[in-house]
Amino acid sequence: MSGVLKNIHRPTLIACGFIVAILAAGTVYTLVTQGSATFIEPTYLLQQIKIAAFLGIVAAGMMVVVLLGQIDLSVPWTLAASAMIATAVGGPWAIPIGLGIGLAVGIANGLGVAFLRVPSMIFTLGVNAVLRGLMVMLTGGFAPQSSATKPMIWLATGQPLGIANSVVVWALLSVALVFMLTRTPIGRYIYATGNREAATYLSGINTRFVLVFGFVVCSLCASFAGLLIAGYTSKAFQAMGDVYLLPAIAAVVVGGTNILGGQGRYSGTVVGTILIVLLQSVLSVMQMPEAGRQIIYGLVIIAMLLVYGRNNTVRG
Amino acid sequence: MKDLRLRLSQSTGLLLALGLFVVLYTIYSSLHPKGWTVDVFVQNSNESFALIMVSMAQTVPVLTGGIDLSVGPMMTLVNCLASNLVSGSPFEIVTGILVCLAAGALAGFVNGCIVVYGRIQPIIVTLATGAVFLGISLFLRPTPGGKIDDNLSWVTTNAMAEMDTTYGWFPDGAPGWFAHGIGRLPVPILLLIAIAVFVWLPFKNTVTGRGCYAIGSAEGAAYMSGLNIARSKLAAYTVGGLFAAFGGLYLAIQTGSGNADIPQSGGYTLQSIAAVVIGGTSLFGGSGGAIGSLIGALVLRSISFCFRVFDTDGPMGFLANPLLQPIFEGVILLLAVSIGAARVFRVKNRLSLFT
Repeated sequence: MSGVLKNIHRPTLIACGFIVAILAAGTVYTLVTQGSATFIEPTYLLQQIKIAAFLGIVAAGMMVVVLLGQIDLSVPWTLAASAMIATAVGGPWAIPIGLGIGLAVGIANGLGVAFLRVPSMIFTLGVNAVLRGLMVMLTGGFAPQSSATKPMIWLATGQPLGIANSVVVWALLSVALVFMLTRTPIGRYIYATGNREAATYLSGINTRFVLVFGFVVCSLCASFAGLLIAGYTSKAFQAMGDVYLLPAIAAVVVGGTNILGGQGRYSGTVVGTILIVLLQSVLSVMQMPEAGRQIIYGLVIIAMLLVYGRNNTVRG
Repeated sequence: MKDLRLRLSQSTGLLLALGLFVVLYTIYSSLHPKGWTVDVFVQNSNESFALIMVSMAQTVPVLTGGIDLSVGPMMTLVNCLASNLVSGSPFEIVTGILVCLAAGALAGFVNGCIVVYGRIQPIIVTLATGAVFLGISLFLRPTPGGKIDDNLSWVTTNAMAEMDTTYGWFPDGAPGWFAHGIGRLPVPILLLIAIAVFVWLPFKNTVTGRGCYAIGSAEGAAYMSGLNIARSKLAAYTVGGLFAAFGGLYLAIQTGSGNADIPQSGGYTLQSIAAVVIGGTSLFGGSGGAIGSLIGALVLRSISFCFRVFDTDGPMGFLANPLLQPIFEGVILLLAVSIGAARVFRVKNRLSLFT
């Protein structure tokens, strides 16, 4: 039994504990005020997982970049640009073109970080500003009038399997990502590069390619999430991605991935995503004002990291 | 001579930024119909003050190799606090200002404590505390509003001459040295110089301040040399909070109200990072300084100033198109931060790239 527990990622376990605590606190609240246990009803939980799928896909891509010891701040407008262009193009090419934009942004980010060696935090910030500018130029600063195509709406809201397609897509993507991270050479290279790029380079690995690959995965995930969100709300709009950047980083870090790179498991990111989404949802059901929500949100992240995210002190 | 050359080579980034600013601002002023006048200086310095302060706030933690994503939220927090405190009798105003500055420094100190004693990465600590600060701002000011003393607002956002007309410094008429000299200087610029000279430079030259540079260069070596790492880091975040408080206070004075604007505070945080990098401070820590970030922020601001003055019918008319401005700003930002990439083509050993 203890062997099994040891195999489970410790941050994942603690994050699960926090999820249970949040649900318990929320349930006590609803039992007292409304006499019903909304938060542990399956319909509510399924609904939350459906919403979590969008953040989960963004966080999955972000995790790959964080594992490399980098960060991608261009996610908001990669997401929005893909969705806006895809809905504007329409027809059968909507989804491929949307993903194509993600691919292009990822390559641009990767080239800037891997070849020009500009710190990723600032380079992706610049790319984000350029994308925003492009979208303002193309749309005149208004939400585009065109709406999502049928396949996009189906991907986001259809339920042929009884559960929403977005959840199925998230699950498939997760399986692919876990396979890539743990069972393929490129996965090993990602962890190695995140740990110490110089050593990885000296081992004969093309770390520049690994960096570009990581940024491409992240941008593809972001643009895919953009297509799904556009399908879910049936249209694309300005700044639709802004609310996903910081929660995605928080989900990755709360899930135990080291922000300096090289350490972390995908299961942690999934649990972190669910934790963030549940926390936001429970606080809004409890009719907590925005001010209180922000404060609790911040305090929970700090509390969780104090439990397991601590670095070693520097001693020479 | 050798010393001078060394100093110049150490501040290439700052000099580049300064050159960029001079070029951009010259373009702006020569195209502006009222360019090179006190009115335009006053207006521009008002628009730049908060960003400059937030960028200087960002610089100090970055020098230690950290980062502070809560500079925007701290600015917003002080902005909301000031809209509740800075009005009434002169005594109340002065106490209000002091409380606001102390609140900013305290917020920064809390960041520092979590970074130093909690041993969590600064980027994620300040991400979380930023949310907390925004929450507190929303408590203090759920809807935009509040009140700032009108006279204070008027004199701080104008030329020095208004000090005389508002507070009656010279009942017998202003002497020549005031009316034609100091009186023509914009107050925000004087405040900036005062903050740089009386806050930043003394801090930089203390053992604690030098420790910030040492930690950014090599934390292990700094520890082995007997520097008090905890104190330097705590001081870095606290001074950062103080600078952010100056920015928030000025924003409140300038707008005469408080506003817990979350997108605005996020924008300030991101622009402050850009300003720090353009000003020649390394994001890895250890080199640069707040003066560079001051110039970096001015570069960012003068880019947006420039777009206002291009003649729509002239050869550069397309630059005046408001729909194209965001993309030009983005491209210029990207180019400016890529200037540092020049070193990639100069390295002799590719291993030295992997820092």
